[in-house]
Amino acid sequence: MSETQVNKIEAIIRYERLQEVQDALDEIGVSGLNVTEVKGCGRQKGYTEHYRGSQANISLLPKLKVESVVAADLTDRAVEAIVAAAYTGETGDGLLFVIPVSDVVRIRTGERGVDTIRHQMPAGWGY
Amino acid sequence: MDLAVMDLGVLGVVTDQVAHLRDKIQANDLATDTMWVVVAAILVMFMQAGFAFLEIGFSRQKNVGTVIAKILMNFSICAVVFWAVGFALGFSGDAGSIIGNTGFALNSDNVVKDFPGLAFSQVGLSGKWFFEFVFCAVSLAIVWGTTLERIKFGVYFIYAIVFSAIIYPLIAHWLFSYGWLAADLGSQDFAGSTVVHLTGATGALAVLLLLGPRRGKYGPDGKPNVIPGHSMPFVGLATLILWFGWFGFNPGSTLSALSSTGQNGDIRFADIALVTNIAAACGVLGALATIWLKTRKPDIGMACNGAIAALVAITAPSGYVNPWAATIIGFVAGIIVVVGVLAIEKVLDDPVGALSAHGLAGVWGTLACGLFTDPTLATLNGVGEGGLVYTGSMDQFFAQAAAVGAAFATVFALSFATFFAIKATIGLRVKPEEENYGLDMAEHGMWGYPEQFMPVPGYEYHQPAPPAGRPAPRPAPIGLGASEGMP
Repeated sequence: MSETQVNKIEAIIRYERLQEVQDALDEIGVSGLNVTEVKGCGRQKGYTEHYRGSQANISLLPKLKVESVVAADLTDRAVEAIVAAAYTGETGDGLLFVIPVSDVVRIRTGERGVDTIRHQMPAGWGY
Repeated sequence: MDLAVMDLGVLGVVTDQVAHLRDKIQANDLATDTMWVVVAAILVMFMQAGFAFLEIGFSRQKNVGTVIAKILMNFSICAVVFWAVGFALGFSGDAGSIIGNTGFALNSDNVVKDFPGLAFSQVGLSGKWFFEFVFCAVSLAIVWGTTLERIKFGVYFIYAIVFSAIIYPLIAHWLFSYGWLAADLGSQDFAGSTVVHLTGATGALAVLLLLGPRRGKYGPDGKPNVIPGHSMPFVGLATLILWFGWFGFNPGSTLSALSSTGQNGDIRFADIALVTNIAAACGVLGALATIWLKTRKPDIGMACNGAIAALVAITAPSGYVNPWAATIIGFVAGIIVVVGVLAIEKVLDDPVGALSAHGLAGVWGTLACGLFTDPTLATLNGVGEGGLVYTGSMDQFFAQAAAVGAAFATVFALSFATFFAIKATIGLRVKPEEENYGLDMAEHGMWGYPEQFMPVPGYEYHQPAPPAGRPAPRPAPIGLGASEGMP
């Protein structure tokens, strides 16, 4: 498979924006994604916890990491969709990375290449 | 002549009836007293749930199941040992003695006169034993508050036997059973600020000094780190359970529902419930006010500690003071517990605050008798005299201080020796890697919350497949754009 037909989008977002991000991706036909709970720090400040009169400074904040592998021709639209959906304007909205992926294999069927991740109506239930 | 015979006959019937009624009233009195003592003991027994969940709430998720195993085993060991040995050493023997000498393995052959210290109540020995046993079990539960998350399970087993057989019965004998402190010095301890709470907290101090802090509690510079407990809701539930149980603890220490003097106005247990509740409420307010001054936050754990500290403090004076004094005793206990927790945390790792809530507040409550005891109530209870504010004399205060000193020194010496022997033989503390892993897994082989730590069968939920020939169901649209459909 030739290079950069497929990209991975890795977005660090706020917890409460997940549903909007998922819906926005769904609208442009990106239906596969993985979500991981992560803790990290960036430009957003941490917070201070008070516990029985003692203080603990918490610098790592909980965020969600959304990973989605998309075809190259969809990548720009997907990035725009995520940025629009995850945006609040406050410090701490997160970051987004686009990483080239060299190959994709569907385990169940063994098929390879960019068409593997093209959107299809789900065979089972739901999305 | 006929009249006289008839009169005598009537008189005989009336006398029989009077005697019958008197027996019946006495039987009802006994049943009422016994009912109250047993119900109160059951309330105190339920405090075990309070101690369990207080410790669970203040522990991390990897050390929660072990608390349940500990509470059940301690309660059970205490039951057997206190029945076989503890009750006899604690509550038999003459007034003014050091320790009891009869009534081992209590059974139906034992008679009330073997236990003169409890003779002020007419309740049977079984009821008295049950009530005194649950007190011993509470005292034992307090010991382990400082040892969370790092102690070996076997330590509980050994110390529970020594504690229920010797340590608690000694102090209980001196103060609850008219031993030398109560009979000779007139030291007052109505329900056990010293006997139960200071004793437990002193054991907790002894083991903590030998055990050391949790890994990571103190940084390389010696400054304490925050290790937050995993569930404040459990801590709150536990506090309310303890507060609830305390209505057996203090009012039940009358060991009778009825008045000892025969005056209805002297029925004491409701008064004691009032005093107990007022103090606890003021303890919450005192603790919240104090922590607010320091951090500008109404700390959840401190509110709970405030309630418990005030309940501990009012335990000794509850049968001796009036409600106005309870407000002061409770509020000051709330202040003491916050200041105590903050000060002790700098040097000793006490996850639940047992040293402050049970130790310092227990000392304060016992001493408070010397300040606030109403002379009328001292006479009614038959121990000591009025406090400073009524009599202008410090005598009672010094008697209280003597009780605190004697109890602390004795319990500390015996407990330290026991724990020292355990440390020298089987060891007190789990290995560092076991501590990191958590006691639930390291000591018991199972997690308290398995799904937090490992995949469990049935962990992932799959919706069953739709029946053949019908369109696949779609999930309900949630959020923006969900109903727009897919391209």
